[in-house]
Amino acid sequence: MESLPSDQSAAVRRIVAQHKERPGPLLEVLHAIQASFGYVPEGAVPVVAEELNLSRAEVHGVVTFYHFFRRSRPGAHTVSLCQAEACQSMGAKALAEHAQKRLGIEFHQTTADGRFSLEPIYCLGNCACSPAALIDGRLYGRLTTEGFDALIAQGTPAA
Amino acid sequence: MNTTVYVPGDAGALSVGAGEVAAAIAAEGKRRSIKLNIVRNGSRGAYWLEPLVEVQTAQERCAYGPVRAADVPSLFAADFLKGGTHPLSLGLTDSIPWLRSQQRLTFERVGIIDPVSVPDYVKHGGYRGLERALQISGAEIVQAVTASGLRGRGGAAFPTGIKWKTVLDQSAPQKYVTCNADEGDSGTFSDRMLMEGDPLSLIEGMTIAGVAVGATQGYIYLRAEYPHAHAALKTAIAAAYQAHYLGADVAGSGKRFDLEVRLGAGAYICGEETSMLESLEGKRGEIRVRPPLPAIKGLFGQPTIVNNVVTLASVPWIFAHGAEAYANFGMGKSRGTLPIQLAGNIRRGGLVERAFGLTLRELLYDIGGGTATGRPIRALQIGGPLGAFVPPAHFDTVVDYEALAAVGAMLGHGGIVVFDDTVDMARMARYAMEFCAIESCGKCTPCRIGSTRGVEVIDRILAGIDGERNVRLLEELCETMVLGSLCGLGGMAPFPVQSALKHFREDFRARV
Repeated sequence: MESLPSDQSAAVRRIVAQHKERPGPLLEVLHAIQASFGYVPEGAVPVVAEELNLSRAEVHGVVTFYHFFRRSRPGAHTVSLCQAEACQSMGAKALAEHAQKRLGIEFHQTTADGRFSLEPIYCLGNCACSPAALIDGRLYGRLTTEGFDALIAQGTPAA
Repeated sequence: MNTTVYVPGDAGALSVGAGEVAAAIAAEGKRRSIKLNIVRNGSRGAYWLEPLVEVQTAQERCAYGPVRAADVPSLFAADFLKGGTHPLSLGLTDSIPWLRSQQRLTFERVGIIDPVSVPDYVKHGGYRGLERALQISGAEIVQAVTASGLRGRGGAAFPTGIKWKTVLDQSAPQKYVTCNADEGDSGTFSDRMLMEGDPLSLIEGMTIAGVAVGATQGYIYLRAEYPHAHAALKTAIAAAYQAHYLGADVAGSGKRFDLEVRLGAGAYICGEETSMLESLEGKRGEIRVRPPLPAIKGLFGQPTIVNNVVTLASVPWIFAHGAEAYANFGMGKSRGTLPIQLAGNIRRGGLVERAFGLTLRELLYDIGGGTATGRPIRALQIGGPLGAFVPPAHFDTVVDYEALAAVGAMLGHGGIVVFDDTVDMARMARYAMEFCAIESCGKCTPCRIGSTRGVEVIDRILAGIDGERNVRLLEELCETMVLGSLCGLGGMAPFPVQSALKHFREDFRARV
């Protein structure tokens, strides 16, 4: 396992210190690490385990259980397309195929230039404005293939 | 006096441009040197009209929608700040038929107030329920909840009062009130709308629950997919602390209630209550075997109330207006109102809060206006990814827990996803198994392995390999999962498959 550079492992320790007195802190800690690093680095696992007095297996088990925690660095922009039933009823599958062709990647992949990661997501709670997508934390509804292309062409979707 | 303009800050409204509309209104107002008070309210739930802009005129609120940023200069030119006529005019908001036909109790303030303002909340009847609850004993509070007939709106429809009574009857060093805000079912968004549009009603409901059973700590377990709800809850909780409605001395009663939000991390299974408790403890969201019930041994091993957002947010209304007033709505064993969510391929989709007792047909056609695509409705899925598909032959069924169960469907969290006649029901059945495989917690074999085998069997049917034999195999597999799974995920994921086989068998034919 790759260990973290010392400054990063110190950053992880600081994050744990902010949360460790709270009951059941592991998810909160992992959220904070991902917010800071963009993902949960493999090397953070033993540091978190040591600081919280858990086994590495327990921490690894939690990181890998939850879809939201990434184990590799994401692209500059993360595009999550809702694939659940309400969005399917309004063409989400076709939109997903279009997006994969447009970006040249499949779900769970990142473009070679590191600009876009494409993820499926199961319900954004925007089911009366389907199909929906979440791009860099911003929610879009009634998304068309043209609308998708326009957002991707901008590179950085408007804030 | 400044004119007040309402532009929703609701995630759904933002997703179709409400943010740009608010910015355009602010900019145009500035350009014209008109002082405006722009309130970012929740959504009224009429999503086909979003972004829905409202103006507070001398009499009532006037509505315009759906507004694009490009429409804003023409709205000013039409003097919309005084209720002027414009092609996007919808008249007085309260007279829009789609909204007027509703019975909003739990959602009475959503879309109307400034969501995170305690004074606005109180002005619109907020905290009246807590005041009443603080004047009676815990047992009397629980008795009132039981008398109201309120049942869990998360999907299981368990009587809320009975759950609370179990927690009340335990003696323990610490009790908890937890709110399940892991609204993962496709086609549902009532929890999200409520948390964004009136988060204080949830906070008040949880406070009443805490006071009732003697719990001093509350947690809201919120899904990570809801960042806007997260922001609204955090702001509202801070405001409630500031106003002493949370903390060591709730509303001057000497009673303590603390509340915090915890984020999930994208696991559908964490909507199952024992899995949610594991996740709240910072562990893998694997389900627990019941008994013991969470009401006896829940969070950190202590007696715990686990209720859905809408359930808890209905409690303040019950105490402000009386249990009997709530029970007077509804029919049979389904008392009160249900916030139904019309979703997917529907022309007028959104949130419809009505007393139990409407038929599906009324909802789909009179209120929903048929499909968005204009094609005939072929199927509905009610109650999320574990809910059965319902064919048009059953559209005269009444929406209540028992009537839907009688036709092999379930109401669940009240989401109705509409599909037109282009839907491929074998593909939908395959998706149900695929979703179960992705989201299974892995603890029991029928769910973990059964769902993967289910996808494979459906693939073989569609590939024309031994069609009849594989359909029989699929039916047996569904039965095994239903009977053998530990929780509702594996135990109910076969429902959409079985109902698709039953009502839409013609779709299960070989593809070339």
